[in-house]
Amino acid sequence: MTTLGWVDYAVMLLYFAFVLGIGAALRRYVRTSEDFFLSGRSIPAWVTGLAFISANLGAQEVIGMGASGAKYGIATSHFYWIGAIPAMVFIGLFMMPFYYGSRARSVPEYLKLRFDEKTRALNAVSFAVMTVFSSGISLYAMGKLLHLLLGWSFDVSILIAAGVVLAYIFLGGLTSAIYNEVLQFFLIVLGFAPLVFLGLRAVGGWSGLVARLADHATAGGFAPGAYTHSWAFMGHASSNPVGVEWFGLVMGLGFVLSFGYWCTDFLVVQRAMAANSMTAARRTPLIAAFPKMLFPFLVILPGMLALVVSPTSGVRAAAPAVSSTSTTSPTSRASGAPSAGIVPPKVDAHGAPLRDAAGGVVLDYDLATPMLLLHFFPAGLLGLGLTALLASFMSGMAGNVTAFNTVWTYDLYQSYVRPGAPDAHYLAMGRFATVAGVAISIAAAYVAASFNNIMDFLQLVFAFVNAPLFATFALGMFWKRTTGHGAFAGLVAGTLAAAVHHGLSLPAGAAVGVKGGYLGVVATFPSELAQTFWTAIVAWVTCFVVTILVSLATKARAPDELRGLVYGLTPRPVDTAVPWYERPVALAVVVLTVTVLLNLVFF
Amino acid sequence: MRLDVRLPIGGFFTLLGVLLTGYGWATRGTPGMAPTGVPIDLVWGAALLAFGVAMLGLARRSSPPGPPLRSGERGRQDSP
Repeated sequence: MTTLGWVDYAVMLLYFAFVLGIGAALRRYVRTSEDFFLSGRSIPAWVTGLAFISANLGAQEVIGMGASGAKYGIATSHFYWIGAIPAMVFIGLFMMPFYYGSRARSVPEYLKLRFDEKTRALNAVSFAVMTVFSSGISLYAMGKLLHLLLGWSFDVSILIAAGVVLAYIFLGGLTSAIYNEVLQFFLIVLGFAPLVFLGLRAVGGWSGLVARLADHATAGGFAPGAYTHSWAFMGHASSNPVGVEWFGLVMGLGFVLSFGYWCTDFLVVQRAMAANSMTAARRTPLIAAFPKMLFPFLVILPGMLALVVSPTSGVRAAAPAVSSTSTTSPTSRASGAPSAGIVPPKVDAHGAPLRDAAGGVVLDYDLATPMLLLHFFPAGLLGLGLTALLASFMSGMAGNVTAFNTVWTYDLYQSYVRPGAPDAHYLAMGRFATVAGVAISIAAAYVAASFNNIMDFLQLVFAFVNAPLFATFALGMFWKRTTGHGAFAGLVAGTLAAAVHHGLSLPAGAAVGVKGGYLGVVATFPSELAQTFWTAIVAWVTCFVVTILVSLATKARAPDELRGLVYGLTPRPVDTAVPWYERPVALAVVVLTVTVLLNLVFF
Repeated sequence: MRLDVRLPIGGFFTLLGVLLTGYGWATRGTPGMAPTGVPIDLVWGAALLAFGVAMLGLARRSSPPGPPLRSGERGRQDSP
């Protein structure tokens, strides 16, 4: 257990003072419900762009991607270079004109405008449940981490963090959340950059890391470059640590899950909708794509480094509960050693390492990045690193809470409980929903404890809820014949298909239950991620086909009713008012070019 | 924009930089304060200080914030 110095606490207090101060300073600008939920549509593109990426930069990103880096190596970059950037470009160029131009206040409200009330209700309810779950996962991860590393009380940790998030959103609404997300963005980047620098320096740079991970890969039965090449070993699921072949990766992650999340999730879309113009709204995800494509170096590399760094190279002795007795073991699964690098084993209630069915020690990958932080950061910088971790938890939670309070107030409460009330009433309801959202998140934190990897769990949730949704939006925005009945039937069928596929399949080595197989094991996948990707593909295809069939069998709306909502019936956005280098198309070309280059460099 | 977000960001990182630089200076030479041989508090504190001052400078150079938006006022739409 690590004891913090006064300087570390001073850094944390300084951060808390500023985030609360921002909320207090913005309180006087919140006069209407639109100020509270949409920032009065007055924020410039660079701010909404950084908030767009920061709202996604929660615990699942910093901790989960570090964990995946330790587990899968540089192939984790697929979550960025194919699993995020193309979708971010697509929403900026093609979908934002409908979201922003339709003047919808939320993604579910767009569904109401484009389709009908029942489609909006289905999306609003499922989204609200998903946001509080995600928020609860952030809280759970934070409480567990602070308890394990610093001995802080789980309950007190999550109550304080949730209380601070509640306070600044309650005071300043979405604007406060966005401003704090920009602060949190810089804090996370500047807090983790020295960690990567010190880690690489300790292992002899990138070439040293490649050499050490080659030993790790061969000991695990893979080719030497399996942890340091992103595409070279994707030909077959058994030849890479991810356990996925290229088609499942490209279709499941790169198309269905990625587009389902980035193009339809109100959590991120809400930031773009707060932009001060149509061009700014379209530029928001494109500006966000620049830091996003570089994040693998910030959040994945620490996990890879933690796997191979020498336990004796740090500034303090490893904590007893997570100490390592083996410095040379490339993989605990292969050798049975208690840990790999400084990644500790998972332990049971008595402190004994957990073992899998084959007798190998199960590593606690979620601790890879935090352990590296304790390993290299002295007092002072440790406070900065821990505060950056706190910031990631809080930004993720704030993103979920602001999306939840908007969907609840506009799409559920105003639509079904009390329509036609004065604006002040909805403003008050928004603040109440903020309190309720935080309270439900705290409750959700206590049910998020049974998964080995946070990212795997979130991908599973997205597969059920988001994967069919992109088929609905794609058809709704680009095929005017799509009907409300078709959209609703497609969404229901897609979600059911996801549940059925998950219930009939199981990852290798997993027990029947929450991991799948609860309807009988018909198919076995090499890894949990492979199962998740294919579940998403099945859900998307089902939704796509059912939506088309039902739409063709039901009456379409008149084209006049769909202007501003459907491609082909809406004038193309014109960006001549800004210099060429600020236009969305120019930004998109640069983003895609750099992304292709990154894929080639790490091929 | 109602409040230039660069002001609180600049203020935060300036104070943080001063804190870390001062602490790094005061503890230089202490065992455990220079991982891989780099006095990281001192070096990174200075970097954070420079970033914070730069953000404050950018905020100062930009025009002063306008009056708050009126109730119900929405953002402009510069294209169809």
